[in-house]
Amino acid sequence: MKKKIQILGMGCPKCNKLYAAAEAAAKELGIEYEMEKINDINKITDMGVMMTPALAINDEVKFAAKIPSIEDLKKIISEAK
Amino acid sequence: MAEPCACGGKTMLVFPCSGAADVGELADRAARLLSKETCVKISCLAGVGGNISGFIASANGADLVIAIDGCPVGCAKKTLETHGVKKFKHLKVTDCGFEKGKTPVTERNITKVFKHAKELI
Repeated sequence: MKKKIQILGMGCPKCNKLYAAAEAAAKELGIEYEMEKINDINKITDMGVMMTPALAINDEVKFAAKIPSIEDLKKIISEAK
Repeated sequence: MAEPCACGGKTMLVFPCSGAADVGELADRAARLLSKETCVKISCLAGVGGNISGFIASANGADLVIAIDGCPVGCAKKTLETHGVKKFKHLKVTDCGFEKGKTPVTERNITKVFKHAKELI
């Protein structure tokens, strides 16, 4: 099943860094995925996220306010349903 | 001009129990005042209890989390712990000199709890 990797943030350098790192991790895993940027503050808060950048997979928020390593991102992405 | 972003600075959240008792209301009102007057943002304990992933992830990602309970039942503390939030500071309104069921929710009392919470920052 294709995984929807969502980066929540309003477009600052940290958000962009997380986007690039998450995409790199997904590529290394060789999985089917799509990337989505969520930069609407109302949608971000509707998802319960109080701090960005945050990452969600298929609408399930995995973490907020940090940028994990590529290896950690690979683990988070591969374990996500 | 760059868009404002929530990424910068230290991230601090407060979760009041917002319970039905007078001390629960004090916890809520003090947390709201803390959110208004300091860099700490109020968040939704119900969101954590309802297992909304974003609230739990935000609590785990924050630099500082403060739980304010009205009484020793400790619903805010237990809710956070149940959902895997391990690092937080805890304040009980009843430890601030108030008694459950005998505490008027006045500006003075809200300010007193607010001051105790502010000391945790």
